[in-house]
Amino acid sequence: MISIQNLHKSYVTGNNSLHVLKGLDLEIKEGEFVSIMGSSGSGKSTLLNILGVLDDYDKGDYYLNGKKIWGLNETQAAITRNAMIGFIFQSFNLISFKNAMENVALPLYYQKVNRKKRNLIALEYLDRLGIKDWAHHLPSEMSGGQKQRVAIARALISKPKIILADEPTGALDSQTSLEVMEILKEVNDQGITVIIVTHEHDIAALTRKIIRLKDGVIGEVITNGDLQMYRDKVKQE
Amino acid sequence: MFDVDIWQEIFSTIRKNKLRTFLTGFSVAWGIFMLMVLLGSGNGLSNGVKEQFAENAVNVMWMWTGETSIPYNGLKEGRAVKFNNQDYDFLTTKSKEVEKVSSRYYLPNDILYSYGKEYGSFETSTCYPSLKEMENINIKSGRFINDLDMLEFRKVVIIGDEIRKALFKEEDPIGKYIKIGGVPFYVIGVSQSKKRNQDNNRSAYMPFSTAQRIFNGGDRVHTFTVTSKMVQTVEEAEAINEKVRLDMANRHAFDPKDKRAMGSFNMLTEYIRTMKIFQAINLFVWIIGIGTLIAGIVGVSNIMLILVKERTKEIGIRKAIGATPFSVISLVLLESVLITTVAGYIGLVMGVGLMELINFGLEQATGAGGAENVFFKNPTVDFKTAVSATLILILSGALAGYFPSKRAASVTPIEALRDEN
Repeated sequence: MISIQNLHKSYVTGNNSLHVLKGLDLEIKEGEFVSIMGSSGSGKSTLLNILGVLDDYDKGDYYLNGKKIWGLNETQAAITRNAMIGFIFQSFNLISFKNAMENVALPLYYQKVNRKKRNLIALEYLDRLGIKDWAHHLPSEMSGGQKQRVAIARALISKPKIILADEPTGALDSQTSLEVMEILKEVNDQGITVIIVTHEHDIAALTRKIIRLKDGVIGEVITNGDLQMYRDKVKQE
Repeated sequence: MFDVDIWQEIFSTIRKNKLRTFLTGFSVAWGIFMLMVLLGSGNGLSNGVKEQFAENAVNVMWMWTGETSIPYNGLKEGRAVKFNNQDYDFLTTKSKEVEKVSSRYYLPNDILYSYGKEYGSFETSTCYPSLKEMENINIKSGRFINDLDMLEFRKVVIIGDEIRKALFKEEDPIGKYIKIGGVPFYVIGVSQSKKRNQDNNRSAYMPFSTAQRIFNGGDRVHTFTVTSKMVQTVEEAEAINEKVRLDMANRHAFDPKDKRAMGSFNMLTEYIRTMKIFQAINLFVWIIGIGTLIAGIVGVSNIMLILVKERTKEIGIRKAIGATPFSVISLVLLESVLITTVAGYIGLVMGVGLMELINFGLEQATGAGGAENVFFKNPTVDFKTAVSATLILILSGALAGYFPSKRAASVTPIEALRDEN
């Protein structure tokens, strides 16, 4: 699903250059449920942006579902994002003057699905996430958990291959965070690859693979038996 | 083609920012309102002046004679120059610059007109049939002089409406005889100037040939009224003037530069000059109007830029979930076009409405016996100008939205999602 070799990314601000990703290699298979962790500045958000075709990289190779992601213009990038990737953000990023149904339906608007049909589909997704009753409410009228459910519904509606979640529980309380992670697990169970960036160990422990970034490269991959140990350790803490 | 969603998006933004939208629209509406008022006023002035020219054909020229003031060809100054019937023949047959000609033989100003017990002194214009066209003489009833009247030296007369009122009261004058200087003339028509209370209504017209014969004119001609061929520039009109003067100077042996030997007034020169002034005024009006409009457009553009800044995060979200640059551009551009077009159209309607109202007021005032000879008539904006203005508005809207939309399209999703607005 995702294949990255020798990925480099630097940011230039004025005369200073910050080398964030320094030859990163990464393989994520279809249907995996992965969390990316790392300290501040380790490059996890940069990596997520590149994975989401939101940002370019300087050097290396990135294949998404067999397609090389390099040198895409804005339109091609937008189409790729719309067709293959669903985004979930820490701050939900819902459009304030649109109600829940309209927010969820928005990706289908860019697929030229007619208004009536996309609203019906949006209601279906809101129903699956248990917030159909809130379909006609504005984001400002909802709780954090409800907003994140709307955001998840919006991420799922275009039937993406991958869900990229940037600190999806960062703004939620622990109970709601668990509910959101449960939803993401269900999404993953349907075969959709889910990649989350988090700094919360208990959240990472709920995924099936943990990738820890260190100084712009992969420092550690925790999976299988190691993951169980990690979970036990988190539980004890 | 018609995308309900885009329009719903635009309307929801407008609803959220009513005051800002109103102020933005107001600047455009004011711009186009001023443009319409200026154009209407320009048209009003232009029409008013054209109306003044409409009393005569615009290419009419009058020529009269006097005394020489410069010695010429061995002849001393102070010699009287007199037009004659041979000059008429020359002008009608030989002169290439002249199209129509009418001669005039002056009768005394105090010549008495009488009918029964009624009498009065009126001006008499002796002329050829062609004068009707040259001086736009309006026949209220009956007919004007014809070639047969000229040929047979008929004692016929067309009286002005004021003469009719003075001599005939309510009686129909056609077919009646009046005496002019004691000579009976058969009334064949009544003229009435299209403008009320004009001196023309106190004039009578009789055949030149008859007047010359009855009132002992010999072959004397006092003045010529001619129409020259139409030209477009003042220089060409003056060249015609000079050529006719040269011809007459040769015929009557005076220096062509001697303005006192022969005087002339060429309406065409004045007409072209005046029209040039109005073209310049029109251009000036457009420049000011467009300038005002540009100020409005810059205002819209600024507001749209602020709007784009405010919506940076939203644009980022849209881009992240699949909005292409084109869809972002069309969103901003259409909103700008909508505000500009609707507001501008309101300004257009108000501007045109105001000018129509002024026109209505002017017509009412004139109809009620108010202002006469006003140099302001029909100050309205024609359909073509209104359509052009509407197109300019739509283009302006697109222009005003272009830079903000480009700014919106260039917003990267990451930069936008980081925005805290």
